[in-house]
Amino acid sequence: MEQKDINTQLKVSAIQDGTVIDHIPSDHLFKVISILKLDATSNQVTFGANLDSKMMGKKAIIKIANKFFEGDDIKKIALFAPHASLNIIRNYQVTRKIRDIGLPDVVEGAIKCFNPACITNHETVRTSFTVSNKGHLALKCKYCEKITTGEQMIIIP
Amino acid sequence: MEKLTQRKRDLISITDYTKEEYDHIMRMAAEFEASPNQQLLQGKVVAVLFFEPSTRTRLSFETAINRLGGRIVGFSDSNSSSVTKGETLHDTIRMVSNYADLIVMRHPLEGAARYAAEVASVPVINAGDGANQHPSQTLLDMYSIVKTQGRLDNLNICMVGDLKYGRTVHSLLQALSQYQNPVFHFIAPPELRLPEEYRLYLNERDIDFAEHTEFTSVINQADIVYMTRVQKERFSTPMEYEQVKNVYILRNSMLANTKNTMRILHPLPRVNEIAPDVDANPHAYYFEQARNGVFTREAIIAYTLGLKNI
Ligand SMILES: [Zn+2]
Repeated sequence: MEQKDINTQLKVSAIQDGTVIDHIPSDHLFKVISILKLDATSNQVTFGANLDSKMMGKKAIIKIANKFFEGDDIKKIALFAPHASLNIIRNYQVTRKIRDIGLPDVVEGAIKCFNPACITNHETVRTSFTVSNKGHLALKCKYCEKITTGEQMIIIP
Repeated sequence: MEKLTQRKRDLISITDYTKEEYDHIMRMAAEFEASPNQQLLQGKVVAVLFFEPSTRTRLSFETAINRLGGRIVGFSDSNSSSVTKGETLHDTIRMVSNYADLIVMRHPLEGAARYAAEVASVPVINAGDGANQHPSQTLLDMYSIVKTQGRLDNLNICMVGDLKYGRTVHSLLQALSQYQNPVFHFIAPPELRLPEEYRLYLNERDIDFAEHTEFTSVINQADIVYMTRVQKERFSTPMEYEQVKNVYILRNSMLANTKNTMRILHPLPRVNEIAPDVDANPHAYYFEQARNGVFTREAIIAYTLGLKNI
């Protein structure tokens, strides 16, 4: 299975150094691109969608050249790709693999609060949510204290 | 001596306080009731910023500040403030922080008080942020319960009316859940049922509660009957409102078999949910409850400024 995964990865052109994000649900590919602001980066980014995956049926992959995510910031992709894995590539080799990166405890500045009466939707306030997943994803706003559910999440451009 | 490094003691949500802090506020409120005029705020300026009008709450806070000997600056609605000139909340709070020792604020947007507390260099007391929080109301509700029942443990509490949007109901149940063995009865139409979030909250803590759609003899076991307004604007059609508005009216005739010590609370203003014939009944406590607000707010202000520490 590992070999097969590598083969599917090769369908998207290989990178020398950088990060490969694997096991993204195909229909959430653009959300992951958006939340990581890859639409605004100058790094070389390649991606593939609707690739076969034994685990997921269809999946998407993103490869970002010369980019190594640091800290917990990368965890916010788990909001849209809970089973995503990270492969750190150095000289065409996977030097580190992180499976199921897991949800962050806190998400800051990436998601809009769903409550139209929330101060964050009226004044320039960086949003902040505590994240929980008791059966379903729930982001509790630090300010209005209301819940934004997984389906209600909108990425701040 | 107050340590300079101590974190600012804002009161934004009822959950900002621990159980020890609730108890401390209760004790202090009793002290202020015994002796309301104490010059603790002499030489201090309190900014009372009401970005939306609420005369009742503002007068209660301003009375508390006056009884503590403090001076007041501020505005009573955003029409008379710089807000109408388009100034952001951020800038208003930054400016006022330079002038006052404490900010008491009410704002129509939810989360405004939490944000103001982050921006302000002085402590902030939330006097209501939209439909979100109104913690001084909850503390005065608790003080009214302590005064009439002598305790916050082992209480049977009936909450009636709009349990969906009623922020006072949500805050009070969270605060009372910190005490021993509360039993809650929730009486509401299905449209205004207690939100799942709070049912989950009680279940996680193994707290006894029951839900009812009829206003029945369940109040005969109650120590506290907490009434709220059923607001017309919560319903999608006027018909729906007409169907439920009269189901939840508390009348004098319903009180015959209730406990002697039972007291009726209401955050006020009421519309028609408590019939006028209840007012003269010894169970009625809602007007005294409002009076307790001043002592509770004196306690909150003194504690927030570190003038009466635990
Ligand atoms: Zn919010």
